[in-house]
Amino acid sequence: MSEWWTYRLTSFLLFSPRTYHRLFELYNIAIWPAQLAGAAIGVAIVAFLIGHRTHRDRIVAGLLAMCWLWVAWAFLYERYAQINPAATWFAAAFAFEALLLVALCVFAGRAVFAPPRGTGFWIAITLVTVAVVGYPLLAPLAGRSWTTAETFGVAPDPTAIATAAALALVRGRVRWLLLTVPLLWCAITAATLWAMATTSGG
Amino acid sequence: MWTRRQTLRAMAATGLSAALRPSLAQPQPRALLTRPVPSTGEALPAVGLGSWITFNVGDDPVARDACTEVMRNFVEAGGRMIDSSPMYGSSQDTIGYGLHKAALTGRIFAADKVWISSGAQGREQIERSRRKWQVNRFDLLEVHNLLDWEDHLPTLFAMKAAGQLRYVGVTTSEGRRHRDLEQIMRSQPLDFVQVTYNPVDREVEERILPLARDRGIAVIVNRPFRQGALLRALARQSLPPWSADIDCTTWAQFVLKFIVSHPAVTCAIPATTSGAHVRENVSAASGRMPDAAMRQRMIAAVERG
Repeated sequence: MSEWWTYRLTSFLLFSPRTYHRLFELYNIAIWPAQLAGAAIGVAIVAFLIGHRTHRDRIVAGLLAMCWLWVAWAFLYERYAQINPAATWFAAAFAFEALLLVALCVFAGRAVFAPPRGTGFWIAITLVTVAVVGYPLLAPLAGRSWTTAETFGVAPDPTAIATAAALALVRGRVRWLLLTVPLLWCAITAATLWAMATTSGG
Repeated sequence: MWTRRQTLRAMAATGLSAALRPSLAQPQPRALLTRPVPSTGEALPAVGLGSWITFNVGDDPVARDACTEVMRNFVEAGGRMIDSSPMYGSSQDTIGYGLHKAALTGRIFAADKVWISSGAQGREQIERSRRKWQVNRFDLLEVHNLLDWEDHLPTLFAMKAAGQLRYVGVTTSEGRRHRDLEQIMRSQPLDFVQVTYNPVDREVEERILPLARDRGIAVIVNRPFRQGALLRALARQSLPPWSADIDCTTWAQFVLKFIVSHPAVTCAIPATTSGAHVRENVSAASGRMPDAAMRQRMIAAVERG
């Protein structure tokens, strides 16, 4: 990219906020009631993380992998790529994260979630809960219709936030490998939301 | 006393009714300022229609129909040039949908771009774009942001020679790569260049616009409103009273009149999602235009905002 210093974040924004939110609206209508399944999975993940249950680590990782794979295909590849060509790459990254979760956690058992203890644990649990229960409320709080709500398990942002919070509880260096894609996505989506707010005068 | 029927019969006999019919039937578009494409003399209305961001709506049927209405309003108001690029997400699909649905295909000037880093894949991308637009051929193809222009320009010139294309050009935006642009304008037989120009971004006035006049190259102006930011900033102040002297009723018209009144400019391509706004934009190419002194006042008024 020549004269790269002349580019701003808004230079890369290809769509309007209205189109972005409408994308979620059409997606939500098309997949209903999958949002309820996503929310139920989110609640189950919180319950498994708090409770001392057999196979907790594999079950949590497996549920997260399912969500990442669904978002990769149903939202990023099928929907978001219509208005953002880079979404094909995002979909590949989400599928890769699902693969990592399955390979390292479900089969190899490399991810061991820390048991309930200390402030850090409860901050992570709170973040997962907020991403699952609170994130969908942002749409009506921002004055938009419920139909534009973004739900854990089917929309990328709450899925990435909840996953990052849950994976922060994993012990060992594998945690950073697993956290790479979720944290990168959080940065990308923050940049997108910021650029949309800027171009809409918000 | 004459009845209405008697009056109409008398008017028909004198030919008066035929003379009055257009204005009674529906409001006709005012005569639009057109500019000749220097390489052919073809007249183009000085305000066109861009599609960056506004037409990238995916397969949303409601939004696609809204964009179709924008295009219908644009053409009915007298506009012709519609501009897009493979870089603009689903905008080409939206244009093709609208042209087909509103039966506008033969009434527009189709301007698109080639934007791919491999010259060998240029033709393939152009063909994909053409299918999305649902047109037989493009009127104008430009190398987007000068990307791999050395490879793409020979392809475009060959297409033009074969009758598969009418005009060839290159684009830049936001003042980037003007030195390269200048060198290409001097060395290549271009029909068009596309650059950013508005009352705030006036760098092209120094070298690019004079060079375009010297070389007989048509100029398309992108980002006339700085992606809406300029109009949002100007909305905080009221339009100067003297803008009525150039038939301006909105800031959008004010900015567009400034742009298209530059003698080197052929066409500005604002983008919008509103049928009312597109009519307002096109109407900026009608009525009185600012002279050099007025243009200086316009710059001062915008810079105050």
